Amino acid sequence: MFRGIIKNGIRNELLLKVEEISGQNVFNCYQCGNCSSGCPVVEYMDITPNQVLRLSQYGASEEILDSETIWVCSTCLQCSSRCPKGIDVARIMEAYRTINLRSGIGKINPRKIDVSAANDIPPILLVSAMRKLTG
Amino acid sequence: MNLPYYPGCTLKANASHFEDSAIKALEKLNCQLQEMKDWVCCGTVFSLSNDDLMLQLSSIRNLLRAEKQGLNELIVLCSMCYNTLKRSKDFITDDKEKLEKVNNFMYMEEVDYKGTVDIYHLLTILKDRITFETIQDKVKKPLNSLKLGAFYGCLLVRPKEYAIDDFEGPTIIEDLLSALGAESLDFAYKLECCGAYQTLTQKDVSLKRSYEIIRSASRAGCEAIVTSCPLCAYNLDFLQKEIDEEQVDFNKIPIFYFTELMSIALGAGWSSKWSELHFVDPEQLLRDKHLL
Ligand code: SF4
Ligand code: SF4
Repeated sequence: MFRGIIKNGIRNELLLKVEEISGQNVFNCYQCGNCSSGCPVVEYMDITPNQVLRLSQYGASEEILDSETIWVCSTCLQCSSRCPKGIDVARIMEAYRTINLRSGIGKINPRKIDVSAANDIPPILLVSAMRKLTG
Repeated sequence: MNLPYYPGCTLKANASHFEDSAIKALEKLNCQLQEMKDWVCCGTVFSLSNDDLMLQLSSIRNLLRAEKQGLNELIVLCSMCYNTLKRSKDFITDDKEKLEKVNNFMYMEEVDYKGTVDIYHLLTILKDRITFETIQDKVKKPLNSLKLGAFYGCLLVRPKEYAIDDFEGPTIIEDLLSALGAESLDFAYKLECCGAYQTLTQKDVSLKRSYEIIRSASRAGCEAIVTSCPLCAYNLDFLQKEIDEEQVDFNKIPIFYFTELMSIALGAGWSSKWSELHFVDPEQLLRDKHLL
């Protein structure tokens, strides 16, 4: 667990990558918590959306890459529509997911999907889950 | 009125009653959906990463082909296709460099995509082009005494630049249902997420979300929920099997596409084939209200 501010390397490589993919500046966040209060799945997260921003500001992005949060996020865009600072928080969630997916870390192994069950699942569910959760 | 139409995958599979009922209802309004040729999956979700254009190709390929077929607009029924196609269009078309790269990727298509195809959700067409007044005038079987909850979910109203109505207080579905003679009841969770694609990996998330949405609608007095998203419809309808087993205070309620109700109200009727694609039986309620 992260315990303190890293003085050097706050804007580390990982954060620069997050900024590049998301187009968002995490330092705009002033921790009001609106994103987390509106998030429909916050109770299933290990780090709340506002904590994702805070840890990013501390240079502790590694911890977010390892979190459940980024996989539980359902991209409902509630956080983005409520942020008073205009931060598109869902893009930051996507950036962390994307960094994982690009290094082969994902949530779904397509080979392990039960094909007999897949027949009853609408294409919209299969495709959206695979697009968000597989590399 | 001819409406160039993009169906999307699920309207040809689990949600074929969405398409079928739309075609039937629109005929009663003298409108024909004209399906574009050679369409492919739009990708279902708009990619939020700035640096990967590959994830935009599925949407843009459809727009390119529509353009090639001489179409300058596409009408979409599925909330997710609507959102994905429209956002993708703006993301690529507003940036010359991205546009060029995407066209280079798609060189096998022979022509370049220029960005001239507009994307509309059918609800917007009903409201602005056909108008709810006209629809009201053509109602043959008013949905009297049916108490409905209009459910928007996420992608009809977020992000706000892409909302088909006020992003925090939309009424477009309610207004349509009122024109059809039904009573729309407001409920607290009408803009909430059903759990979306989490159903595949974290079903408990979707079960909880869908339960909360349905409970909120039921407590407001809704006898059924109305949607335009095949993923919301799947979660809200088919997850009721497990919700019903888990929750003691739960009563199942049917989930309709708005076009199914339009079909009934405009005199195009109901089809028993549609019922087969529902989990919670929609016919009992319709019979109780003398609509079948
Ligand atoms: S809503 Fe915006 S400003 Fe507030 S905590 Fe979340 S990201 Fe930070
Ligand atoms: S987009 Fe993700 S993080 Fe944001 S409110 Fe929705 S589920 Fe929560």
